Amino acid sequence: MLGWTLREVSAALKQGQITPTELCQKCLSLIKKTKFLNAYITVSEEVALKQAEESEKRYKKGHSLGDLDGIPIAVKDNFSTSGIETTCASNMLKGYVPPYNATVVQKLLDQGALLMGKTNLDEFAMGSGSTDGIFGPVKNPWSFSEQYRKKRKQKSHGEKEDSDWLITGGSSGGSAAAVSAFTCFAALGSDTGGSTRNPAAHCGVVGLKPSYGLVSRHGLIPLVNSMDVPGILTRCVDDAAIVLGILAGHDPKDSTTVQDPVKPFVLPSLTDVSKLCVGIPKEYLAPELSSEVRSLWSKAANLFESEGAKVIEVSLPHTSFSIVCYHVLCTSEVASNMARFDGLEYGHRCDIDLSTEAMYAATRREGFNDVKL
Amino acid sequence: MAAPVLRWLCPGRRWAFARTGGCSYHRRGVPTASTSSGKRGQSSVAQQSLITAQEPRKGDREWAAVVGLEIHAQISSNSKLFSGSQVHFAAPPNSLVSFFDASLPGTLPVLNRRCVEAAVMTGLALDCRINKKSLFDRKHYFYADLPAGYQITQQRLPIAVDGSLAYSVCVGKKRGQAVARTVRVRQIQLEQDSGKSLHDDLRSQTLVDLNRAGVGLLEVVLEPDMSCGEEAAAAVRELQLILQALGTSRAIMAEGQLRVDANISVHHPGEPLGVRTEVKNLNSARFLARAIDYEIQRQISELENGGEILNETRSFDYKLGCTMPMRDKEGKQDYRFMPEPNLPPLLLYDSASLPAGADPQQVINIDQIREQLPELPSVTREKLVQRYGMLPEHSFALLNEVGLLEFFQNVMKETRAEPKKVTSWVLNTFLGFLKQQNLAVSESPVTPSALAELLNLVERKAISSSAAKQVFEELWRSEGKTPAQIVAEKQLELMRDDEALEQLCRATMEAHPQVVMDLKKGNPRAINKLIGLVRKATLGRADPTAIKDVLERQLSG
Repeated sequence: MLGWTLREVSAALKQGQITPTELCQKCLSLIKKTKFLNAYITVSEEVALKQAEESEKRYKKGHSLGDLDGIPIAVKDNFSTSGIETTCASNMLKGYVPPYNATVVQKLLDQGALLMGKTNLDEFAMGSGSTDGIFGPVKNPWSFSEQYRKKRKQKSHGEKEDSDWLITGGSSGGSAAAVSAFTCFAALGSDTGGSTRNPAAHCGVVGLKPSYGLVSRHGLIPLVNSMDVPGILTRCVDDAAIVLGILAGHDPKDSTTVQDPVKPFVLPSLTDVSKLCVGIPKEYLAPELSSEVRSLWSKAANLFESEGAKVIEVSLPHTSFSIVCYHVLCTSEVASNMARFDGLEYGHRCDIDLSTEAMYAATRREGFNDVKL
Repeated sequence: MAAPVLRWLCPGRRWAFARTGGCSYHRRGVPTASTSSGKRGQSSVAQQSLITAQEPRKGDREWAAVVGLEIHAQISSNSKLFSGSQVHFAAPPNSLVSFFDASLPGTLPVLNRRCVEAAVMTGLALDCRINKKSLFDRKHYFYADLPAGYQITQQRLPIAVDGSLAYSVCVGKKRGQAVARTVRVRQIQLEQDSGKSLHDDLRSQTLVDLNRAGVGLLEVVLEPDMSCGEEAAAAVRELQLILQALGTSRAIMAEGQLRVDANISVHHPGEPLGVRTEVKNLNSARFLARAIDYEIQRQISELENGGEILNETRSFDYKLGCTMPMRDKEGKQDYRFMPEPNLPPLLLYDSASLPAGADPQQVINIDQIREQLPELPSVTREKLVQRYGMLPEHSFALLNEVGLLEFFQNVMKETRAEPKKVTSWVLNTFLGFLKQQNLAVSESPVTPSALAELLNLVERKAISSSAAKQVFEELWRSEGKTPAQIVAEKQLELMRDDEALEQLCRATMEAHPQVVMDLKKGNPRAINKLIGLVRKATLGRADPTAIKDVLERQLSG
């Protein structure tokens, strides 16, 4: 059951095949069993069980809030969650308990979702491996798959099993691992330069980066304000669409969200792709691309073509400049966004009280880590 | 200050050409070669650097000062510029702080409409060009009262540019004549105020109050078109009145709602501008002119003594009456300006460009705001001059005190006395009493009605004007009594009995034959003495003009 889609589980809950509390308990026990993945920083067991109780009452009365009512979800630890520690996997915010919920978190809670916990990430979402947080790296569930275990046994003899594991990619590695290991049905990540899509690919789940301005960033502790978006991780595309439908829309608290009203949508079931035109940017066929990835890409393109879709070459001529621009924008905005971490109002504060400047310097030296670009 | 009499001209920007020992200086300040050689005092001028004057003769050449201002006015609004927390003066510390103001991670700015309207109104009142598109930027520096580590301001493209502010200075020997001046407004920008730091030196700690953090400010930048402290103070005063008339800021300096930074430099007329210093945080109307003038004098003294002016920031010590260097500068501050990514460009419309079907709550129409602008002080003054034939100086004085104009107009409503008389009573007598007891108009024990009644009594010649002054004094002291009551109590009615007056005059003249003789000899002061004597006899109840008429008639006849 933990492997079902959102719609399937939702139907089961409505029909009473399983109660939210039972579902919640199953996920919680799996989280405990998969603790070695280090996907969760905080497991909000009490909160989740209470929410499950409320959901159960609603289902008994036949007043479920929607497709997500009673469904376990996880949230990356750079989203503000009221009353629940939010660390961004950094010493700077260890022990920081926000007084408000991020808009996207609130939207999920308003739909009755059960918050299982806050997932691990690269510190402040800076990284692409989920290895650089202070709580340690996240291990890819596929490290413990049959396939990989066989491969490992063949290669290493006497090497510690402990050190031979696969990364989840990042920075939303914890969320991707949580979804991939069936501990929840959907998870929130964030995506600035691939931080949702990257770990999704590594962990074999669906990672959706909504267009900038579609989903509110209020409550998402920012890395690059002009590029960040909340990301959605699920096990199938349909589930991602359902979650997007709930999260999308203008938020008066976020001035960069689009004002146009968002109409609820349902993904059409695509059995006929003959009317589809798929473009492949030629600049993406970079010489550094691994042969494995290239062959998979060709495979997908051929699949579309064989089913009748049109597959053509397109050009995105500024592609080569993108990473350079990204670095310039990223470094400026990050430096700017990190300026607020001084230990005065919240977060870590050092013991030095010689002068304001000495306090700032020591706090920031102790609280921050090194950035490995 | 024991400074030599340094010839520095103010107010005004016209100056005479300086001459030294026969060498004539062209406007550019370069002496002709032939005359400069051989004369020791002048050779230095030829190599004169742009910044310092080496070996000048003290007090010989004239100086001109150049003053520019950056004025921060707190916007009068219910909530802050980018968050919903309230704006109140003197609230308990840290009681008006939203999550955004405290820079909690994940919070985002949301622009306050009222603040934008205030900026547009102020821009229109100062004849600025309103930028239909303006941008927000981050200005970074670390300080305890700046929680986010940056201030949101408008550096690249502010909301209003290229305006002008007309003001008046009083010139002449008695400073009685008002002369009009203009200063260009470079720009008006919206920005956040910072919190407040209270330094507790006793316990070596700094206490931070964030109530003010995030309050909306209008920064008005005035070009260096002013030349002394008096002009700067007058310009600031006029701006204050404009802001108050618009309602965009209460602009009370004592409450920190109006703060001024001055950029000051000196140079010899005809030469390039000197190095400027910035004098920050002038928060008192009284000390504004003084601080600027002090700095001008300091710079002149420094240069005349062969020193140089550093491009630095200074503050004014009110107790010592001098400016002191402020920031410890290890090089210039780099603010690392960056566009504010959380705020899209601010777009304003006019009636022509307003998109059809736009939600009026979501757009600002500049034309609409222009139509609804309240009357500006300059217009009010002009109306007073036109309507009442008032002197411009008096119109200034009436607008210079809170509530005074209203008081004046209320008196005018209830009396038929001449506007000149009312003006004089209000500006001299009434205002005099207020100032003596340090009261505001609203605290006056004398109401407009009471004063009007008093003036009517004078108008009807029921009492003399000197008696009226006595009545006024009594009115001020004892509340509740009407002028009529006081007149009756003190028996101040003007003598109406012409017969009795005639008799008294004759009697007085008979009693003082010497004075009459003096008068007949042609001594002009004798008549006044006689009038005084008659008045005394009438116990001050006769009108001196009437007495004079009777005496003159009796003497001639």
